[in-house]
Amino acid sequence: MFRFIARRLLETIPVLFIIVTATFFMVRFVPGGPFDSEKATTPEIRANLEAYYGLNLPLHQQYLNYLKAVVLHGDLGRSTKYASRTVNEIIADKLPASLQLGSLSLMIALVLGLSAGVLAAVKRNTKIDYFASSFAMVGICVPTFVLGPLLVLVFAIHFGWFSASGWYSWHDRILPSLTLGIVYAASIARLTRGGMLEVLSLDYIRTARAKGASEARIIFKHALRGGLLPVVSYLGPAIAGILTGSFVIETIFQIPGLGREFVNSAFNRDYTLVLGTVILYAVLIIALNLVVDVVQVWLNPKLKFE
Amino acid sequence: MLSPSAEKLPSADITTYQLERGVSPWRDAWSRLRRNHLAVFGGVCVLVLGICCVLGPLFSPYGYEQTDLYNTFSPPSSAHWLGTDQLGRDLLTRLLFGGRISLMVGLVATVVALTIGVIYGAVSGYIGGKLDRVMMRIVDILYALPFTIFVILLMVFFGRNIVLLFVAIGAVEWLTMARIVRGQIMSIKRMEYIEAARSLGLSTTRIIFRHMIPNILGPIIVYTTLTIPGVMLLEAFLSFLGLGVQPPMSSWGVLIKDGAERMEEYPWLLIFPGTIFSLTLFSLNFLGDGLRDALDVRSAKD
Repeated sequence: MFRFIARRLLETIPVLFIIVTATFFMVRFVPGGPFDSEKATTPEIRANLEAYYGLNLPLHQQYLNYLKAVVLHGDLGRSTKYASRTVNEIIADKLPASLQLGSLSLMIALVLGLSAGVLAAVKRNTKIDYFASSFAMVGICVPTFVLGPLLVLVFAIHFGWFSASGWYSWHDRILPSLTLGIVYAASIARLTRGGMLEVLSLDYIRTARAKGASEARIIFKHALRGGLLPVVSYLGPAIAGILTGSFVIETIFQIPGLGREFVNSAFNRDYTLVLGTVILYAVLIIALNLVVDVVQVWLNPKLKFE
Repeated sequence: MLSPSAEKLPSADITTYQLERGVSPWRDAWSRLRRNHLAVFGGVCVLVLGICCVLGPLFSPYGYEQTDLYNTFSPPSSAHWLGTDQLGRDLLTRLLFGGRISLMVGLVATVVALTIGVIYGAVSGYIGGKLDRVMMRIVDILYALPFTIFVILLMVFFGRNIVLLFVAIGAVEWLTMARIVRGQIMSIKRMEYIEAARSLGLSTTRIIFRHMIPNILGPIIVYTTLTIPGVMLLEAFLSFLGLGVQPPMSSWGVLIKDGAERMEEYPWLLIFPGTIFSLTLFSLNFLGDGLRDALDVRSAKD
């Protein structure tokens, strides 16, 4: 297992290198620059700004400097939009809200999705199953940017139970996390139901029944492990989806998170902030995917750490 | 199903018996699909919506960008069936017009994804060996990348142009298709008719495109149907962030974004586009699921 993890970690080095390089040059070769929007910049001021950020150096020199700073010091540079702040500071400031939103949503998705899926599979073709399956259908067909505003309309504006925007107390956190969580809860519920149904029809479950194991033991001890496999392999894409899905949620609910900052930084041509966030998201997604892979092999001994 | 032996049948039934035996797999799948009510409902919905979006704007008395500042935010009425927006534009007309864009993005980007995915998967699966390992490793690695982020960057930097939107989305969505096609190709690679084709000296391209791909059309069709809603969702996601289709053009994502901003006073601006969009996703998903059951391609599911 350690060899597996070590090999995967080694593999991520070239991947990250390619991401950094591709993004770096993509950002530079596009029309427009970070100082275009500034009103009436004289050539002198502009030259000063460019010198301050090292943008007057030859491109390959900039690239090497950037790589050196990132790899050796973990320094992502200064934001070209907010001159007084470094990218590391901005990330440290904005990331917590996004991470909280992401983990709350993931929790909601897992709890809701797994319980709905297991329940639907065990009570197959009953009212409970139909109810759970319709819930899953709503989640799959109603995208977050429709669901979010609708939830706000009903629960924040009409009933006034939760707040419609901000990120200060638990009051503010329920609607955004619910919106983002429900979509993934729906997919998880469908996958769990399918996986459980398949496992419940296998011989070893019949054996367990014949031996007189209780229904709860059969479901949680014997069936769940195998039934969860499709869910675990879905978690990788789900995590990536939740991370990027938070861009929209943060916009709808005006949450001061990194997702909104990222979209703005792209509009502002804030080279360093764009690069920094892309690197961060790539690292996060790759790391979480590795965790998912390890869990998958642990759950299913048929797959081996090759 | 057990077939009754021929002697026991009355002579009049022999013809029907022979006809039943001649059912092709496609016809068989079609009859199974027809029995799946949700899938039929989905298919009919998509068809009706598509026809409405293509033909509807021709019969509308309003243009999609025709403003009427005396009639802003008018609620649904006999003149404006679904009401008007902040510039007095007719919502129904904009909805149908936006549907054209959204459905077109769905189709074109899916075709891009389909082309890349099928060719990539077929080559990788057919040639096999080292090349296959390298090609699939690349797919694995690409899977782990934050692609949506790159699409966002592309859209911001290169001026939000609609052709780029097609290409960008298509370039993201081909990975799963490549995997499915590869698996299917591998499973028929060792069959006799492929060996026969090879021993006849046919070229690799010809074997792949004339002999193999027609035989794995089932999974390809199923997965294509399921890709379209995903693509439409991504387009709406980008438009919602202000990165997709630009005003005064409309797409369902744009309309939902506009509606969400003003839903407190004018909820219909959100509810109608939201419902139509959700209905379309619903229909396409159930049509895809129905096709999967009808064509019995379980293996393509994961």
